[in-house]
Amino acid sequence: MSLPPLTSLPNPIRPAFTKGLTPGSVIVNIGPSHPATHGTIQIVAEISGERVVRTDVHCGYLHRGFEKECESHTWHTLIPYVDRLNYCSALINDFAYCEAVEKLLGIELTPRCRHLRTLLSEYSRIADHLTCIAAALMEMGAMTAFLYLVTIRDYVYEHIADLTGARVTHSYGRIGGLARDLPDGWLRRLEEILDQMDTFVDRVHGLVDRNRIFIDRMRDVGVIGTAEAINWGFTGPILRSTGAPRDLRKDTPYLSYGELEFEIPVGIKGDNYDRYYVRMREIDESKHMIRQLIDLLQPGPVSVDDRRCTLPDKEAVYTEIEALINHFKLIMEGPQVPAGETYSAHEGANGELGFYLVSVGGGVPWKVHCRSPSFVHMGGAHRMLDGYQLADLVPTFGSINMIGGECDR
Amino acid sequence: MGGNLLDRVQASLGGQALATDMVHGILVLQIAPESLVTLVSHLRQQHGFDLFLDVTAVDWPQRQPRFDVVYHFYSTRDFVRVRVKTRVDEADPTVDTLVPLYGSARYMERECHEMYGIRFRGNDDLRPLLLYEGFVGHPLRKDYPKQKEQPLVPYRNVQP
Repeated sequence: MSLPPLTSLPNPIRPAFTKGLTPGSVIVNIGPSHPATHGTIQIVAEISGERVVRTDVHCGYLHRGFEKECESHTWHTLIPYVDRLNYCSALINDFAYCEAVEKLLGIELTPRCRHLRTLLSEYSRIADHLTCIAAALMEMGAMTAFLYLVTIRDYVYEHIADLTGARVTHSYGRIGGLARDLPDGWLRRLEEILDQMDTFVDRVHGLVDRNRIFIDRMRDVGVIGTAEAINWGFTGPILRSTGAPRDLRKDTPYLSYGELEFEIPVGIKGDNYDRYYVRMREIDESKHMIRQLIDLLQPGPVSVDDRRCTLPDKEAVYTEIEALINHFKLIMEGPQVPAGETYSAHEGANGELGFYLVSVGGGVPWKVHCRSPSFVHMGGAHRMLDGYQLADLVPTFGSINMIGGECDR
Repeated sequence: MGGNLLDRVQASLGGQALATDMVHGILVLQIAPESLVTLVSHLRQQHGFDLFLDVTAVDWPQRQPRFDVVYHFYSTRDFVRVRVKTRVDEADPTVDTLVPLYGSARYMERECHEMYGIRFRGNDDLRPLLLYEGFVGHPLRKDYPKQKEQPLVPYRNVQP
């Protein structure tokens, strides 16, 4: 059987407008699969000459029923799905989700786990920012800067793979702890990579910061003010680029952030250039935090000793009936989480990443809802796109850093 | 700080909330659907809850009224969150929209509408967002089967 002709296929979207407001304007469709939109997203835009009059942003092409699927998995076995929300910084998702479940269980983490989660969150944030900046620069034609940044990002990915076994989706968080402790020599390699990162990031600063072409495309493009950013629910680097020093790591300290010394970089104008620079500065701050955390790390267990969520030692499983039953119950029925509801938020690489969980008791969640920054940002993206040139759409969209996995869930 | 806020908000509500509680560090207000807009604009103006975080629903098929509509707000001044919950019935799952108060509500209400069938009175743009035009049903309701398929384009019949 051959596919029906393209014209007879139903349109998955209904655009908000089909006729232009101004005489001579045209409606163009950008995406959903377009080399210049870094993510699968569809933008229906009204164009007058080269100017964008208004836009209608459609997401959902990566929707895979994350929340529905979670309702038929145990609290533990849905962790791989959580990883796939923001696949550029999967560990932050892991830890934000685990913390929400730990709140329901009333678990206090071990100091080593707390520090390690903080360290890995910052490491992931660096990887995420590197990806975002690299892709945004490449879309503007800066291939060299792109290669510098993805080179160092690849060192980071390979290094995290040494720890977790996977490059991108790590499934490393566990309720009440972590999958395993650091392998030998991991911290030594970490320091090497941080030093190399300085070199690579400096090169990118040198290449683009004062580059006329870069400034012309980024400065005063996609401008948004603080009040409007808050009205449209923007958080993370976009909100900070408007000059508001709002960061959950400082405002509502979680994990080990209360013990660390760091600054919150903010922008001046809330334009593309500020969003680029805020991310670059956040990489520096994250490196600073990681170096502090390396000093804070003390030997100790990485998981709490709590039979409700932590798997018993393999040795014990093979030799003691209690441990065997414990293991079996945890795997087959899942950790028994008391009834209740909680909302827990971490500062993701793109903004507030929240998990709203509802439990009715038992091993399977009643509801898992993810408040993803990218989705909210898409709701207000038109504020940064409308009124600029068609060509500005590409760098502005790049600086928002929409991640399809967490936007469409 | 949490306790203070609870007292402050509670004192200023004057009986608008059916129940107030502090759960896992978040102030929870249970309210009637009619008082949603007045209460939220009060929270926004008097207590600085200026960031609309999220709206979603929880389905309780065995309960009357069936749905909880759950809102989360954050104050960028006091760094605290509040959860506002209201119950709506399956026969008329309607609440007022918060779009006049928060721009971000526009998109998030669209998602809640398609996933649970909650109607937001006054939000004129409730087109499907994550799903597609013509999708039948509300997939996050508990009675929507997980395995159900609604392909927009018919599957190809591949012969081996």
